[in-house]
Amino acid sequence: MAQVDQAQLLEFLCRMGDNTLVLGHRVSEWCGHAPVLEEDIALANIALDLIGQTQMWLGLAAEVEGKGRNADDLAMLRDVWDFRNVLLVEQPNGDFGQTILRQFLFDSWHLAMLTGLTTSTNTEIAAIAAKSVKEVQYHVERSAETVIALGDGTAESHDRMQAALDLLWPYVGEMFVPDAVDDAMAAAGVAPDLGALRARFDAEVSTVLRAATLTPPEGGFAHKGGKTGFQHSEHLGHMLTQMQWLQRAYPGAEW
Amino acid sequence: MKPSEAQIWAWLDDVPDPEIPVISVVDLGIVRGVAWEGDTLEVAVTPTYSGCPATGVISMDIETALRDRGVDDLRIKTQISPPWTTDWLSDKGRAKLVDYGIAPPRAAGGPDSCPRCKSKAVTRISQFGSTPCKAQWRCTDCLEPFDYFKCI
Repeated sequence: MAQVDQAQLLEFLCRMGDNTLVLGHRVSEWCGHAPVLEEDIALANIALDLIGQTQMWLGLAAEVEGKGRNADDLAMLRDVWDFRNVLLVEQPNGDFGQTILRQFLFDSWHLAMLTGLTTSTNTEIAAIAAKSVKEVQYHVERSAETVIALGDGTAESHDRMQAALDLLWPYVGEMFVPDAVDDAMAAAGVAPDLGALRARFDAEVSTVLRAATLTPPEGGFAHKGGKTGFQHSEHLGHMLTQMQWLQRAYPGAEW
Repeated sequence: MKPSEAQIWAWLDDVPDPEIPVISVVDLGIVRGVAWEGDTLEVAVTPTYSGCPATGVISMDIETALRDRGVDDLRIKTQISPPWTTDWLSDKGRAKLVDYGIAPPRAAGGPDSCPRCKSKAVTRISQFGSTPCKAQWRCTDCLEPFDYFKCI
């Protein structure tokens, strides 16, 4: 097994934690606004799980970094260019269908990733993954069911779901295209090989999309630049102005 | 004199879960260990769900309960591995859940019967409920909705 470079390990942990943080915040934006009470509760619960997972990932990231920062510092005091989440999770909620489709695409990747991480050579990563995977099984069960219900629903709901899929499908590629960090993690047995995850993702996602009477757009174009921090979409900065406002305005505030 | 570990467990069995006060934190299976390290008492606690907001309150309640009984030198340790499972709910805790109107978890993935009228005719409303650990179900005989403590 290859030796793990600590800077690359930190990068990897920030990717895991920033994905759950940014999506957790996005989903929490629905609190009090969802179309029915049960969905409101489900979305809030899922957001809560994701924020809880963030505390574990960014907590470990802060330890690895060793500069005396903690998970809250990383979440609330970094700026856009230091975030390492994939572009998919920072995309705006859109309508309810678009939120659910984004969730389904992320959940499907997340479940495959976490399942692979439960056998990580890094025991702390394996422990976080084992904890998170149980929660994410419930997330994907619900998002898949809801994608099918809306896709194979009324003409209106079908059209909205197809439009959401056309919009979001080009963000799928970034979750699977490995870079130097991903390659190093796979070589050291810290994380699974992303290429191998793609096969599982494609099989499971295509089954659900078929049942939902939805068709992914042609072509393999992928928006990239989120997980490397090279170029986030405009949306992330706007989100952070809300998410980080309190800690920026009143540094160190607690309640 | 240091209280025995058995005594500590008995005290902790009096600390109610803040969301479901009929069961104790010991019934819930989240106290994973109690041990003296020299003169310091170490209590290992595991969260139910990683984002459960009750986790912080539970640690505080445990600390308060032990300090009230004279244990001043204590440390609460959060332990995430092995991850919490509903298999760790005690039999006493499961029975109390039913009395309280919450159907206990079952490997089959759903409640055996309505905790109010005991009818087997139950249907799922949502896999997510009032707290991260519960799902919403409904009895189609008495028509009452109820919480189901979901398996994890």
